[in-house]
Amino acid sequence: MPDKKLILQSSPHFKDRDSVPKIMYAVIVSLAPAVIASLYFFRLRAVILLLACVIACVATEALFLWVRKRPFHSLYDGSAVITGILLALTLPPSLSLELAIIGAVVAIALGKQIFGGLGYNIFNPALVGRAFLQTAFTADMTTWIPSLTDKIDTATYATPLGLLKFQDAVAQGILTPLKNLFLGNTGGCLGETSALALILGGLFLLFRRVIDWRIPLGIFLSLTAFTGIFWIADPGKYASPLFHILAGGFLIGAFFMATDLVTSPLSPLGTWIYALGIGFTIGLIRLFGGFPEGVMYSILFMNAFVPLLNRYARPRILGERRKE
Amino acid sequence: MKIKSFPHGVHPPEFKELTAEKPLEQMPPSEKVMIPLLQHFGSPAQPLVQKGDEVLLGQKIGEGKSLFSASVHSSVSGKVLSVESLNHPGGSPVLTVTIANDGQDSVFPERRGEKNPFSLRPEEIRQKVKEAGVVGLGGAAFPTSVKLSPPKDKPIDTLIINGCECEPLLTSDYRLMLEAPDDILKGAELARIATGAERIIVGIEENKKEAFELFQDKLQNSPGEAVLLKTKYPQGAEKNLIYSLLRRKVPRGGLPFDVKIVVQNVGTAKAIWDAVKDGKPLYERAITVSGQSIKEPKNIITRIGTPFRDVINFCGGASDEANILVMGGPMMGIAQWSLDVPVVKGTSGMLAWPAPSLSREYPCIRCSRCLEHCPMGLVPTQLAKYVKFDLFKEAEDWGILDCVECGSCQYTCPSKIPLVHWIRLGKNKIISLRKKSA
Repeated sequence: MPDKKLILQSSPHFKDRDSVPKIMYAVIVSLAPAVIASLYFFRLRAVILLLACVIACVATEALFLWVRKRPFHSLYDGSAVITGILLALTLPPSLSLELAIIGAVVAIALGKQIFGGLGYNIFNPALVGRAFLQTAFTADMTTWIPSLTDKIDTATYATPLGLLKFQDAVAQGILTPLKNLFLGNTGGCLGETSALALILGGLFLLFRRVIDWRIPLGIFLSLTAFTGIFWIADPGKYASPLFHILAGGFLIGAFFMATDLVTSPLSPLGTWIYALGIGFTIGLIRLFGGFPEGVMYSILFMNAFVPLLNRYARPRILGERRKE
Repeated sequence: MKIKSFPHGVHPPEFKELTAEKPLEQMPPSEKVMIPLLQHFGSPAQPLVQKGDEVLLGQKIGEGKSLFSASVHSSVSGKVLSVESLNHPGGSPVLTVTIANDGQDSVFPERRGEKNPFSLRPEEIRQKVKEAGVVGLGGAAFPTSVKLSPPKDKPIDTLIINGCECEPLLTSDYRLMLEAPDDILKGAELARIATGAERIIVGIEENKKEAFELFQDKLQNSPGEAVLLKTKYPQGAEKNLIYSLLRRKVPRGGLPFDVKIVVQNVGTAKAIWDAVKDGKPLYERAITVSGQSIKEPKNIITRIGTPFRDVINFCGGASDEANILVMGGPMMGIAQWSLDVPVVKGTSGMLAWPAPSLSREYPCIRCSRCLEHCPMGLVPTQLAKYVKFDLFKEAEDWGILDCVECGSCQYTCPSKIPLVHWIRLGKNKIISLRKKSA
């Protein structure tokens, strides 16, 4: 063994094979069922929006790296692609190409790069982009078309949650059937309509140990509890918890948005508080807020607490006394 | 039977099959040994010999004067070539006695054995252990006589014998357990007497079932017991082992004494027995020489002071593609840049393999794997960030000094951040700042 070749490095000398790009590509794979479902239900619209968002996100990322004189290899970590896909999946299928691109640029520029790029952002970049569009182009962001497999021929179309909020769907008996919600045969954002596809992807992420199981479970528990209480009190007015779970952005939010590693808390205790807070806020907005849907704002709202949770909900050190 | 364990930790690949079935083999002493006067945790020993002196096997050549020190003995008979500062596998150079071996192994005559070791009083056992320069052989090399001297106000109820050997690749403790179980148990009994403990527990990981069954058998009609532990790294880390076995938590900044426990490694137990029974100083130890690049991986007993080069040559040499040489295990061991350093008391293994090229470092994505796997309940990524920005007060508040540097965080980090390196740097800076202000 030639001495000159010996490498000096700090222990540990063994390292796990998992890496940031591998994690990011696992997330992309996990989004495949939802992407396929969106292509099936919305065809060309889905192709256009997905391509526009992904390309715009990657291009914006590249531009910022170039301006900030950062190495380009971080372009290949896959994180910008994920932001693009996630943003596209949360857009209304009828949205125009220009608006999708604007959303994607905002997502990467203001959601991620302005903070310093991967790992430094506070809010979920895709949701920042979407929140911007929702605020700036409210009409475009709340116009819905039926999925191509839905044979309803109406000029105006509402999402299941829209029906619930504005047309008193429970009392009128026009609540969207659970079966349609589950399979995706309904109106809504590009990728949120098929519960089945999202659950498949979410299970993959749990199995691959990319995401923290506490987050989907915590959101599920608190949203179920919140909506369940009102449903039991007055089933003639409020929708069941199962409806709330399957409708709208709950699943994509709980499995893919709230679980974003960078913008969720570090410690188990912090994670529980964060997840329960999201579920509670979703319930509050859906039942009593001005919007039919509250997943996006709930996650962004709880994202803001993450630095605080990281600071005050740190794990207990072995041998640490309770309060001294 | 329920297998005991602790929360968090990691499961690195073990590769123990390379040497697990290789019996301990006595390596012939080298022509020249280099014996550092600091091979333990604490202050260096004072040299007792000078250039040109003739020394005998087992003769004391360095006196550990202060409490946290240990005496050093010659591992061969021969002539002192030099007493000078030489490279040490621990990192910085240390005053070292180089001895030319005359090949006679003439034993130092003043070796005082003991016919009836179990009748000795605790302080007599401690004295003999100190005289023999015994230190913890698990890796940290803490002077054993100190560990056998619990403060008067801290009674001890349990002596734990650590047979975990949780580091990948290492199997020398396993071989010792299989080949010298009686010596280990007798040494443990002496340690029990010295500490005033009521019982002995031998903790052994599941992947060493054979050793566990042997000890279970041997301890059948005694107040001691062997306990099977889950194979998980770092099962053998003192505080985690205590938690696994007895569900006791050593307070932050405290010692096992504080929860009525003393922990000794199996190799140390045997060294205690040798020291008290035969008056044999600690001048040789069992080590595992292994890794993908070692041509004939072995478990050997080698003299302290043997150059690494000789050890590796004894094991068939290392292949050319090897570019990493580690003293100790792959998780906590120290990388070497030279083969001209000696085996010291804390050398538990010598490993060589072709390391993959450095993986690219990514920014922390706050995946929280480091804290999920930290056996001490720390937030390694946060500690590393504090150190990077010189926020030592914050790092201390977040428990940086509780870190045992086991490497679980860095092992699992997908961003490949050198977390342990940052934490170690922070600990060093905090300690040197304290010294300055004191």
